[in-house]
Amino acid sequence: MSRATVEFRDFSFTYAGMKIPAVRGINFSVEEGSIALLAGASGSGKSTILRSINGLIPHIYPGEYKGDVFVDGQSVIETETFELARKIGFLFQNPENQIFMFTVERDVAFGLENLGYEPKEIKKKVEWALKLLGISDLAKRSPSELSDGQKQRVALAGSLVMDPKIIVLDEPTSLLDPKTAQEVVHLVEDLKRTLGLTVILVEHRLELVSAIADKIIILNKGEVFAEGKPDQILAKDNLHEAGLSIPPIIELQKRLGLVDSDAVAMDVDDFLQRFVQKWQL
Amino acid sequence: MAVIEFKDVSHVMPNGIMALSNVNLKIESGEVLAIVGSNGAGKTTLLKHMNGLLKPSSGSVFVFGSETKGKSVAELSRHVGLVFQNSDHQIFSESVFEEIAFGLRNFGFAGEELYNKIISTLRWFDLYDLKDRPPMTLSGGEKKRLCIATVIAWNPEVLVLDEPTVGQDYPNKVRLFALIKSLIGEGRTVVIVSHDLEFLWPLSPRTVVMANGRILTEGSAESIFMDEELLNSAGLRQPQLAQLAMRLNLRSPFSSLDDAVTWFRGRI
Repeated sequence: MSRATVEFRDFSFTYAGMKIPAVRGINFSVEEGSIALLAGASGSGKSTILRSINGLIPHIYPGEYKGDVFVDGQSVIETETFELARKIGFLFQNPENQIFMFTVERDVAFGLENLGYEPKEIKKKVEWALKLLGISDLAKRSPSELSDGQKQRVALAGSLVMDPKIIVLDEPTSLLDPKTAQEVVHLVEDLKRTLGLTVILVEHRLELVSAIADKIIILNKGEVFAEGKPDQILAKDNLHEAGLSIPPIIELQKRLGLVDSDAVAMDVDDFLQRFVQKWQL
Repeated sequence: MAVIEFKDVSHVMPNGIMALSNVNLKIESGEVLAIVGSNGAGKTTLLKHMNGLLKPSSGSVFVFGSETKGKSVAELSRHVGLVFQNSDHQIFSESVFEEIAFGLRNFGFAGEELYNKIISTLRWFDLYDLKDRPPMTLSGGEKKRLCIATVIAWNPEVLVLDEPTVGQDYPNKVRLFALIKSLIGEGRTVVIVSHDLEFLWPLSPRTVVMANGRILTEGSAESIFMDEELLNSAGLRQPQLAQLAMRLNLRSPFSSLDDAVTWFRGRI
């Protein structure tokens, strides 16, 4: 069995000046080379969990810290944020918040230049990342001229050149149209497969990413509400309580009493194959 | 009567990109219109022409019969209230109360009338208990509600919403849906740009599909949402209930989840 790359052990955190913990009693792990989907309503504690992985909590955000968080075997509280930043690449909802250079290749090279890499090495790594993400032809272009999907790829390339072990994507598709969003999701799956990356994905749209996730962790009111394989989680009948939208095809199966304890058809084609052919409609 | 009309409208951006190309569109009083299409299709550019934030490079836009070319955003906003996709781009006051007061003052409301309008708006949108909070400290759902409230406060005939469901979780989407339904129920004209076809579906809007700055086609929600090929070509995903009805060779799609449940219960 793979080892855990990110692990929360009895973790609770209360921001300074607040009385109620933002998250409490958190226990879960994300295995090396897997994709974990972190879902939950606004205010469920997702942002606090992400800040606890990249070390902003407790190194930048003060507060009461209980339990432990481990990233790649190291305790976050005992690890400097710059060291964590070398291991973890972040991709935000709006790529414009992390793209700022005048050309794509300069933007992708930015992190390496700051770390003092040799120009030759930088060139090699940038070319590799651009090729991997299918945007070599955009190298000389200004990021401001690119489409939203292309900007997401540029931001991702900027993370990948740093050779991270873990990629954290915070609602990377929410501003994208469904087709472009699907492309980003497939890209994430490819990265996991080809580079063996561990991926932590925060998303509202369960139907979009459930198919590629190895595990779903649902947060509600600062606690882990449910954790398991996607079809087990989606088969649960209390997901609305955690503020999540259920894809209509899954809601339909629940209303028709077709959900086994641990399995559900994830999309329309799967539904037709499982049930409708049997009923000969 | 058309409340907004686009006649052969093209818009060229400062960088030379043609964002709109020969757009012709009539929006009738009291109708619900959805505008759908991929990123970069020209949807937001189209919306910005409705309250004069952008003016056509060629062609004309008419709001309640008057051409927008000679009108200010303030004049047009009296009739057409635009709610941006990102609430943070719209919010700037020190309190929720002041945020709602700002637009009303600009439209000449004062004294007791101003106060009463603010209070009734706060209550209608369930924001009264938050009236002293700085808007930037609100949750995403509360901010979205506030942005719609600030616009509805001065009672524009047309409400224009740009991607209202982005970043909204399930409880907020349910609340937003109920809010939009009640505004439609009042007879208001509502224009919604959204990728979220599952959200639009139960509103049964007349639907305009855009691609590359042009109107690809328009029609009833039923005719558009049942056309999988068209939606795919516009970078969209068919709503699951429409997809299911199509795969079952039904002539019309399920209008709601309840409708689908009833159909299946009668057959299994």
